[in-house]
Amino acid sequence: MLVVEGLVKRFGGFTAVGNVSFKVDQGEILGLIGPNGSGKSTIFNMLSGTFPPTAGSIAFEGREISGLAPHRIINRGIGRTFQIPRPFRRLSIFENVALAGFYGQGGHSRARADQAAEQALGMVGLPTDRAARVDGLGAAGLKKLELAKALATGPKLLLADESLGGLDETEMDQAADMLRKIRDELGITIIWVEHIMGVLMRVVDRVMVLDHGEKISEGLPSAVSNDPRVIEVYLGTDADATQAAAAEKRR
Amino acid sequence: MNQRTIVYAVLGLALIALPFVYRDPYPLHIIILILIWSFAYTSWSMMGRFGLVSLGHGGFMGIGAYVTALMWNHLGVTPWIGIPIALICAGALAVVVAYPCFRFRITGHYFVLVTLALSGIVLQVITATRDFTGGSLGYTPERTKGNHIVALQFDDKTTWYLIALGVWAAGIVIWHLVDRSMARYALEAISEDEDAAAAAGVNVTFEKLRITVISALMTALAGALYCQYQMFISPDTVSGIAVSLQMVFAVVVGGIYVALGPTVGAVITIALAEGLRIGFGTKAVGWDNLVYGVLLVLFIIFLPKGILGSLLDRFSARR
Repeated sequence: MLVVEGLVKRFGGFTAVGNVSFKVDQGEILGLIGPNGSGKSTIFNMLSGTFPPTAGSIAFEGREISGLAPHRIINRGIGRTFQIPRPFRRLSIFENVALAGFYGQGGHSRARADQAAEQALGMVGLPTDRAARVDGLGAAGLKKLELAKALATGPKLLLADESLGGLDETEMDQAADMLRKIRDELGITIIWVEHIMGVLMRVVDRVMVLDHGEKISEGLPSAVSNDPRVIEVYLGTDADATQAAAAEKRR
Repeated sequence: MNQRTIVYAVLGLALIALPFVYRDPYPLHIIILILIWSFAYTSWSMMGRFGLVSLGHGGFMGIGAYVTALMWNHLGVTPWIGIPIALICAGALAVVVAYPCFRFRITGHYFVLVTLALSGIVLQVITATRDFTGGSLGYTPERTKGNHIVALQFDDKTTWYLIALGVWAAGIVIWHLVDRSMARYALEAISEDEDAAAAAGVNVTFEKLRITVISALMTALAGALYCQYQMFISPDTVSGIAVSLQMVFAVVVGGIYVALGPTVGAVITIALAEGLRIGFGTKAVGWDNLVYGVLLVLFIIFLPKGILGSLLDRFSARR
């Protein structure tokens, strides 16, 4: 479905992503993990058209999409969420999602946009009440809204920049189940970006690990979590940090 | 018909009937000016309400006025053709200036600065080409010796009142159409977060450009209308930075987020200017600008929704 080859992004002299290639198959959930600054978000931004790649190709359903404007990529069927939710606070929750439903599907029918909004809100479990304000939402609610906006655009491929930081364990599990439900019920292929390994490993079909802008491992979750390179550059540091944080909490 | 429609119909008829009942020329003159400026301010607020603050609208207004008058005097082209040409010029200028700004993400203060330069440039061009435009001394369209309708020149205030009323009402209708359209949501979203709006599928550059062109076209029409009514234009009255600032001031004072806010702003600015003129005469030349400046600061701090916006808020809160 998505074929990425030799993707490179340089910002001045800094190489954020260096020669990354990967494939995503129809109907799978691909986990994309790596420590902060490993290039996950940069890859997302190139896939979604926020900025063009320095080199390399991105083919979606057999057609080249690299360098297209964001709204064109969305109309082709790639939706995205942002790591930090970016709701439009001057619009109601419903209007936020209806906006995405309208423009994400080419901007033709308002009735269809409203319908898409209702479906998306129902899917993530937010009220479809037209007047509900964004200000009433907490961290978990804002993540749901972010997801509803992406779903309303009618994606075939969803780029979920999920970073579950700020959520408690139950909420993380719910968010993970949500992504699986989206794939199972709506048949949407998903790339899930995350920097915590735990919850992700339970849900994804395949994992790709990035470090310093390069792919260091790829495969089934069980194989990847035993890959010594991954343990070294990724799990090692992060596990320590998690343990330290847990110790902090206990005190 | 519900109650609301009846109220609007009665108000509309009362407005249309006004000049036939009340014929005192001075108040009518003031009302016509208020209507024309209200339309100009409404035009500005079309984009201003979405955080697209332009200080270049004096430029669009000047183009509307000067292109129409120059075509008439030099080429004998009727304003009926001259005005559309003036609008095309203003629209084209809006695209030339705004497209690069939007394409390359020049937003906020930087956008304001670019548009500020636009005002200045139009003013300079008018002054520099004084052989054609009369420069800072101003310019007068030649009085027609033929048909008044072809020349769009009328001596009686009633005709002008009705024209101004029609154009003003059209401005309010356009405001409402935009307000109810999906484009409004898109523009609100863009004003908050351009990347997130793009991720919702909005063509950010196109949406911003479209509202800017609509706003510029309307403003140029206001300029042309002002020229035909006053039969005298000067760079100070229809173009330049002072006029642009006056638009910002009037809209902020009246209420930037409500349909009739700019109209309330026009009533206040023109009442203020006329009050100072009558009360202090030539001693008060330029005072209105001083008062504008002080009031603008006070309003932005204490009443950012403007007079009408705040009143409506209070009214709806009480219900």
